Amino acid sequence: MTLIGRTEEREAFLVLEDGSVHRGYAFGEVGAEAIGEVVFNTSMVGYQEMLTDPSYGGQILVPTYPLQGNYGINDRDVESSRIQVRGFVVREACDLPSNRLSTRTLDDFLRDEGVPGIYGVDTRALTRRIRMAGVMMGIITTEGSPEEALTRLREAPDYGSLDLVSEVITASPYEWTEGPGELPPDAPHIVVMDEGLKYNILRLLRRRGCAVTVVPSSTSFDDVMALRPSGVLLSPGPGDPALLEGVVQTAGGLLGRLPVMGICLGHQVVARALGGQTYKLKFGHRGGNHPVKDLATDLVTITAQNHGYAVDPDGLPTGLDVSHINLNDNTVEGLTHREMPLLTIQYHSEASPGPLDNEYLFDRFLDLIREYR
Amino acid sequence: MTTVPDRPSRVLVLGSGPIVIGQAAEFDYAGTQACRALREEGVTSILVNSNPATIMTDHEIADVVYIEPLTVEAVTRVIERERPDGLLPTLGGQTGLNLAVDLSEAGVLDKYNVRLLGTPLDAIRTAEDRNLFRQMLDEIGEPVPENEVVTTVEDARRVAERLGLPVVIRPAYTLGGTGGGIAYTPEQLDEQVRTGLSYSPIGQVLVERSLIGWKEIEYEVMRDGADTTITVCNMENLDAMGVHTGDSIVVAPSQTLTDKEYQMLRSASLKIISALGIEGGCNVQLALEPHPTIAGNGQNAGYSESPYYVIEVNPRVSRSSALASKATGYPIARVAAKIAVGKRLDEIPNAVTQVTTAAFEPALDYCVAKIPRWPFDKFPSGDRSLGTQMKATGEVMAIDRSFEAALQKAVRSLEVAGDSLLWEHGSWSAISDPLEELPLHPNDQRLWALMAALRRGVSLDDLSVKTGVDPWFLYKLNAIVGMENRLLAEPLTPRLLRDAKRIGFSDTQISTLADRLPEQVHELRQEWDIRPVYKMVDTCAAEFEAATPYFYSTYEEENEALPLEGRSAVVIGSGPIRIGQGIEFDYCSVHAAWALQDEGAASIIINSNPETVSTDFDTSNRLYFEPLDEEGVACVLENERVTQGEQELFPRTAAQFGGQTAINLISPLSRRAFTILGTQPATVDQAEDRQRFDEFVTTLGIPRPPGAGVTSIEEGLAVANSVGYPIVVRPSFVLGGRAMEIVHTPAEFTRYVMAAMEEVGDNRPIQVDKFLEGMEVEVDAVSDGEDVLIPGIMEHIERAGVHSGDSMAVYPAPSLSEDDERQIVDYTIQLGRAFGIIGLMNIQFVVVHNENQDGTPAPSTVYVLEVNVRSSRTVPFISKVTEVPMVSLATRVIMGRTLKEMGHESGLWPKKPLVAVKAPVSSMAKLMGVDTYLGPEMKSTGEVMGIDTSLAPALTKALQAARLMLPHSGGILISVSDREKAEVVPIARRLAAHGYEVYATEGTATILRAVGIEVAGVPAKVSEGTEGEGTTTDLIRDGRVHAVVNTMSGNRVPLRDGFEIRRAATEQGIPCYTSLDTFRVAVDSVTGGAEAGEYSIMRLDEYVNGRPADDIRAS
Repeated sequence: MTLIGRTEEREAFLVLEDGSVHRGYAFGEVGAEAIGEVVFNTSMVGYQEMLTDPSYGGQILVPTYPLQGNYGINDRDVESSRIQVRGFVVREACDLPSNRLSTRTLDDFLRDEGVPGIYGVDTRALTRRIRMAGVMMGIITTEGSPEEALTRLREAPDYGSLDLVSEVITASPYEWTEGPGELPPDAPHIVVMDEGLKYNILRLLRRRGCAVTVVPSSTSFDDVMALRPSGVLLSPGPGDPALLEGVVQTAGGLLGRLPVMGICLGHQVVARALGGQTYKLKFGHRGGNHPVKDLATDLVTITAQNHGYAVDPDGLPTGLDVSHINLNDNTVEGLTHREMPLLTIQYHSEASPGPLDNEYLFDRFLDLIREYR
Repeated sequence: MTTVPDRPSRVLVLGSGPIVIGQAAEFDYAGTQACRALREEGVTSILVNSNPATIMTDHEIADVVYIEPLTVEAVTRVIERERPDGLLPTLGGQTGLNLAVDLSEAGVLDKYNVRLLGTPLDAIRTAEDRNLFRQMLDEIGEPVPENEVVTTVEDARRVAERLGLPVVIRPAYTLGGTGGGIAYTPEQLDEQVRTGLSYSPIGQVLVERSLIGWKEIEYEVMRDGADTTITVCNMENLDAMGVHTGDSIVVAPSQTLTDKEYQMLRSASLKIISALGIEGGCNVQLALEPHPTIAGNGQNAGYSESPYYVIEVNPRVSRSSALASKATGYPIARVAAKIAVGKRLDEIPNAVTQVTTAAFEPALDYCVAKIPRWPFDKFPSGDRSLGTQMKATGEVMAIDRSFEAALQKAVRSLEVAGDSLLWEHGSWSAISDPLEELPLHPNDQRLWALMAALRRGVSLDDLSVKTGVDPWFLYKLNAIVGMENRLLAEPLTPRLLRDAKRIGFSDTQISTLADRLPEQVHELRQEWDIRPVYKMVDTCAAEFEAATPYFYSTYEEENEALPLEGRSAVVIGSGPIRIGQGIEFDYCSVHAAWALQDEGAASIIINSNPETVSTDFDTSNRLYFEPLDEEGVACVLENERVTQGEQELFPRTAAQFGGQTAINLISPLSRRAFTILGTQPATVDQAEDRQRFDEFVTTLGIPRPPGAGVTSIEEGLAVANSVGYPIVVRPSFVLGGRAMEIVHTPAEFTRYVMAAMEEVGDNRPIQVDKFLEGMEVEVDAVSDGEDVLIPGIMEHIERAGVHSGDSMAVYPAPSLSEDDERQIVDYTIQLGRAFGIIGLMNIQFVVVHNENQDGTPAPSTVYVLEVNVRSSRTVPFISKVTEVPMVSLATRVIMGRTLKEMGHESGLWPKKPLVAVKAPVSSMAKLMGVDTYLGPEMKSTGEVMGIDTSLAPALTKALQAARLMLPHSGGILISVSDREKAEVVPIARRLAAHGYEVYATEGTATILRAVGIEVAGVPAKVSEGTEGEGTTTDLIRDGRVHAVVNTMSGNRVPLRDGFEIRRAATEQGIPCYTSLDTFRVAVDSVTGGAEAGEYSIMRLDEYVNGRPADDIRAS
């Protein structure tokens, strides 16, 4: 059925690397083509946050929940300045949303930002395929035959070879000032190294009384230190950490000198900086329901996750210990160090979207900073 | 780390007793899961429940079973006997929870050192007590609706100004909120506050923010002993705040909440379960600010989170948790039981994925819709409006990949209103102002009224403002209307047909709109290859490989339910719980599925009721959650088709276990050439068609009450005249005695026929039979067509005329002569053979005692009233007390075995050395405007069993469990019809002799005084006196009488006096007997030999074996 505000419906399809064809109808930027790694996310809410999460750079996102766009798009729930996904594949795109904050439809949002989408797709079948075969590249198009699309897809560069971080990060440093109240002069100063961060990290730090400066992850060790940070946060971001030699090196300098928190890609960067290894998961962890156990307290919390790579628990250097594990598959979810003031997590304590159970980790980071002072 | 107390080894589990409105099959499901979970943990379960129609009271489920009244006294004796070290109170609904509190307060738990598991006593109290609850929420910083105590109207105005109208007015210290209400206007405010102040003994009223119209959101949360907390599911009510959630249409997950709103409410819920210290499951209800269209303010709230309030907490498993379990595949009760005995969430395996643990939150990749099933089809005179008092007896659930499809499948599952959203009430066609005239206030027909309004062009905004229903739901309903219009206007193309199927249009609906026959739509779908696929409910949105055999249909690309290999058979369930078709048919469906497995066949259950054991994913080899209509079942059968060589094979279908719902599917399925197991369609037709049945039984020489089927008033009057009044009249094809009446005069008959023809259509025959006043006897049997095994004969306490489902029944029949018994056994065997019944059958007999001309007793006549060629309501009862596994035997028989092969022969099974009494339980207090008089139409919602070694204590226990027990002293009001005045005299005399104060209405009092019985008072009739000045209802409401007996005169016109008396008694919560027979046994029970304390307390198998077990307290 034609979406409200559209005069016609146009068939579109998603072709995966394995040649499978998934049919639906175009929405968003109709006629545009997108190529990216096709990943699924099992969160039932939070499409606006997901769409604007830079960690999805280079990817085509498939939410497993069939009804997308129900509560529209608002001016508040954004995690970066733009849509980051290359394409959006849904079972249904609601064209008459209902929520007090909504200002436009999902269709409008994608169209306004030039991102193609497909609706009407059997996203569960697609998800099962990805789960069984592993993530793969895909192409969304309305043009030509699936065979032709597959050819174009095969010519495109692979996700794993792309330097996606540089595509999504800030070009120059900035201060994050949005937040409650005035900061005291002795407020801790957190320098966030942007590898594809989500605004909510900045909001939560600021809400905890921190002065926050964001710098590109390409910033040198000396330039970071020149900002006289109380602590450094290595942010989440897209792609393979093995490609990020620069920031790995910078992190290597920072570690042990001042408190460091690593989230997601930042966690992987820390592991590599200390001599650990990372590897690619078959289909990644993306959702808001992953149970993680804190090995120090035995407490289990539900976490928001979005990652395709993980830290290898084997061969971690002496001193670097696994602090958290994923109860679904026992993968590494966090690291601590016996000597260094260090805290890393593979999941997203900033949530948005996802459960708010893990904001306490920011408090723990601030405790580390206080102790270190 | 917390210290974990010793693991309990013997745990007492409390059931929820009889099915009543608000407590249905969900607690059998919860209790069954819990008992199995305890067994897995090596913990012995000791179950007490008064409801025999439950799976949980089976030996396969609980280790030790007590079918005893859920009273402090009875349970104390169980505790004394069994010495459990733990008590699990959270699985038996409010009944179980209240009983646990009572046991604790009586000191029983301390005395016997029984630890309360799961929910601490404090948490129960906090959740129950409004003030404690507010205090707890204040302490943890969770918002409750603001309120202020005022003593003047001026102050109330000031508070109302601050909160904004409407506001809730609650007078302080009045019972049950008397004098309170909601004020929508300044005038109402003044008036309500003035009234409230006058009602309040201390002159105070509370003015509270009203949340009417706010979104109602629920979270099902769990917590373990290590303080890990998770959310299993959240749900959004389509009906805004103001309608009980049990009466609301509910969707899962929430649809209109942003991530921020979802997480805000989730965090609040987790905070609450932690603050309460619950180890197990808990339901949290919250109100969220409505859409601006409804709230009337379009302002964005900036960065601050949207406001919400906590409404209520249920510190136990609940109806909602059963729904959440079925909606997600996460077994809440099972996990709660394991947590209660010390397991942590991350130590409990996820039964669905088998690789992950219970410490996770299910991800849904479908939409779930639940619709309540209300009893107004049986009580058309009842008040149909919905509010804070739940009225639904059951519910249906449907799953699909779109909301529209889930909703429409749920509507199909209801078995009301033509099974489709196309239904409109006849009177709506004349409406000129749909927004004002359609019944858009909360009521059981509102969903259809919303559709009607949209069809008539009412705008979404207007409708939203009027009803409080969020625009998103209306937009979706409007999409359904849009498709209706397309189907009406456009040619039916493959694309249009597929689009219609994808939003849940049934073949029948499409055929109506596109002007075709349903079969033609079905054929088009085959031709165009538009078939449903089946997707798995796997808790994880396909992220992990799952092993659950739990499927729903949808029109998508990939089918995950490939046909089962090998021998398989389908069991059709019984759909929503309703009056006349209750939990007993779920019991039968479950046992049929198990027996199929024992026979080496894979069992496939189809059902639509989320409350039940049958829809637990590990009950059968495969579960299809589908509407129980022709299309729903046929599509499953087609999906399970296997090809063997040249042949296409479909699973065979067992349709005799799911009540009338399943029986109704026999003929459409057989028309489509699907094979029905057991009794064949032709036989079913023959037994259901009164005329053919009559003819057939008469050829066997078995007496039938004289009568005939008629299609006109004239014909009916002639038949009535020839057989003589009173007569029983009913439409053919009835369920639970629906629309059946006993009439005494031609005038009454005429009125009945006119009314019946309006309801059921004027072409369907009406059966007119002589009404035989005699002893009603009921038999359940298993037949293989050759042999007929009769496990037991039940005798009804009430004479014929009261529906068998509303009668008290006794096993073994206490007053049946040997001759009559032999006659009944012979007739049963004869009928089983002659009809060729394969499987279960149930026969109702009336034994009429004859006299010779000189007045001496002559041999009685045994008449056959009806033969039901299916499982019956009493199958679980009789199976339990005789230990004959009726459903299991019947299932083997329909699969081709003979009774002989299984060691049985024709005849009556040896009687057990026990007496068991089944007593009905109604939910009348919850249904305003419904007459509680028991007649040929069934009115009860559930049943209990009293079992003992002799009749008197068994009766006492049944009466206690059914809350029909008389107090040991006090006032009794007697008001009986002229025909029964003589009969009531000896009963009244006994009451007076035992010190009761006998009150009687005028006519009755005259007779009683005439024979020398002291009458304490003669209240005026409501119709004659002035209310408030000593009328019958004043007497009842003042608490001066503690029980009422009120029978009807022959006239079926609802007499206002009797009606008022019965309603007043029901609302006052005192026993109200409408049959002298019930009253007599109730009086016997308190004045006879069996004093309350003298009953036995034994395990079910001890009664059956006739001796106490050797191993009690073997711990």
